[in-house]
Amino acid sequence: MPPRHSPDILPSEITPPDIYRERRRFMQGIGALALAAGFGATAEAAPARLTGVRADPQAPDEARTPYRDITTYNNFYEFGSGKDDPAARADSLRTRPWTVAVEGAVNRPRVWDIDALLRLAPLEERVYRLRCVEGWSMVIPWVGFSLAELIRRAEPTGDAKYLEFVSLHDPAQMPGQRRRVLDWPYVEGLRMDEAMHPLTLLAVGLYGEVLPNQNGAPIRLVVPWKYGFKSAKSLVRIRFVEKPPRTAWMAAAPDEYGFYSNVNPQVAHPRWSQAKERRIGELFRRDTLMFNGYADAVAGLYRGMDLKRYF
Amino acid sequence: MHGLLRRPGSWLFVAGCLPLLRLILLGVWGGLGADPVEFVAHSTGTWALIGLLLTLAVTPLRRLTGRSGLVRHRRMLGLFAFFYACLHALTYFWLDQSFDPRAIARDILERPFITAGFTAFVLLVPLAATSTRAAMRRLGRRWQLLHRLIYPAAVLGVLHFLWLVKKDLTEPLVYAGVLGLLLVVRLRWTQRLLARVREE
Ligand code: HEM
Repeated sequence: MPPRHSPDILPSEITPPDIYRERRRFMQGIGALALAAGFGATAEAAPARLTGVRADPQAPDEARTPYRDITTYNNFYEFGSGKDDPAARADSLRTRPWTVAVEGAVNRPRVWDIDALLRLAPLEERVYRLRCVEGWSMVIPWVGFSLAELIRRAEPTGDAKYLEFVSLHDPAQMPGQRRRVLDWPYVEGLRMDEAMHPLTLLAVGLYGEVLPNQNGAPIRLVVPWKYGFKSAKSLVRIRFVEKPPRTAWMAAAPDEYGFYSNVNPQVAHPRWSQAKERRIGELFRRDTLMFNGYADAVAGLYRGMDLKRYF
Repeated sequence: MHGLLRRPGSWLFVAGCLPLLRLILLGVWGGLGADPVEFVAHSTGTWALIGLLLTLAVTPLRRLTGRSGLVRHRRMLGLFAFFYACLHALTYFWLDQSFDPRAIARDILERPFITAGFTAFVLLVPLAATSTRAAMRRLGRRWQLLHRLIYPAAVLGVLHFLWLVKKDLTEPLVYAGVLGLLLVVRLRWTQRLLARVREE
């Protein structure tokens, strides 16, 4: 078995969530004295541990991003456009009761209760790189199961060529939606073969625990070879359709965000060269890999396609 | 020491150092967040822009309050703006681009927001370099002409901010509004209007 972490960072050096929270409580004591404004201390209950999670046999040989960074540095515009907004404001999201409607071109449409979804398939840990279109990246140990498990149970018809993912739209719970920064609800999409790919994950947990609200609770998509915004959070609807859905970011800026949005160091975004990225926790930037390093697994999906055109 | 602290200029100097002090303390404290480089880039960029706007606010404030002594502080405000612009540019050249001249040149040519920021920075250099009394004397009337470069620099600074934001334009628009106001009050038409209002 390959070593799970890069040699310069020992597993013991990575802060697991419980120890992190321990430290955080300690720091909160000190926090009263802190000079820094804007670092308000909020009490938090420990999220529940998920049981029976299978370890990831293919976890990359890279240091995992600390729990604190994964849960305090988020793009989740439903709670505001600042990176620290989701951690500060996502308390207002209620994840029970919660349903996910699976509908459209399928023989077995169903409105899934979240607790039934959690039992749909055995939970697995998947340690994935996440590359944001803004040029930063993390290594995140998600917990979930392949989206394919859900798709098979829905029995898509021949008309199902694409999947549309819709996130919760409720300004009472999601204060960022009180302003039309994006055309709510948040919509994303995948081609059928991308959705069926074993790497494509429905995530319900992080670091072995229930997914924190700011990371897209109670259930979100994770597509590790695409820029982060493709992985829609807090899903309420998955619809099987014939045509590529109009995604929220395509609607906002069609010349900047394409349907595919595969991580590609050769295709620049108008504002960011995508050749390099800053791995959270590192000072200097490193090279970005084609398909975020998952080329062996996914390049076949795009054989013959001009990736500059279909960006 | 006592005499020094009674001078408003000393207080201004201390105030101008606070954003840097805050960054240093947060750095020591581990409070710069998940992406400290981004935090520093944003903070120094913001303070460079605020510094420029404060510099531009001196003349209107002087007219409004009739306190002609305010102009003495303009130089320090301008130099602080430049100081934070230097830290900001250094963050980018070093931590973002590792001083790679080709990558930097491409960025400047290909990305409008970088083009604007870089041009703003270049415009500020001669202003800082001629901020001494000696330079003022040497340049005479041309000094004032030269220092009008602060207008395009500030406009480019705001454009830089507007163009780099992904979607939520609120914050840069606030700066654009303040800059617009500071420019409008300089128009002769506005000044005549203000003078008339004051007379009545
Ligand atoms: C060499 C020149 C400059 C370069 C290369 C540069 C580059 C950058 C970069 C890369 C960012 C961060 C973008 C992001 O990651 O979101 C940024 C942000 C910013 N810069 Fe500059 N910049 C330059 C000059 C200036 C100048 C002269 C000013 C002020 C007049 C300025 C004001 C700002 C502001 C206000 C921000 C945004 C801060 C925020 O988001 O809170 N920059 N700049």
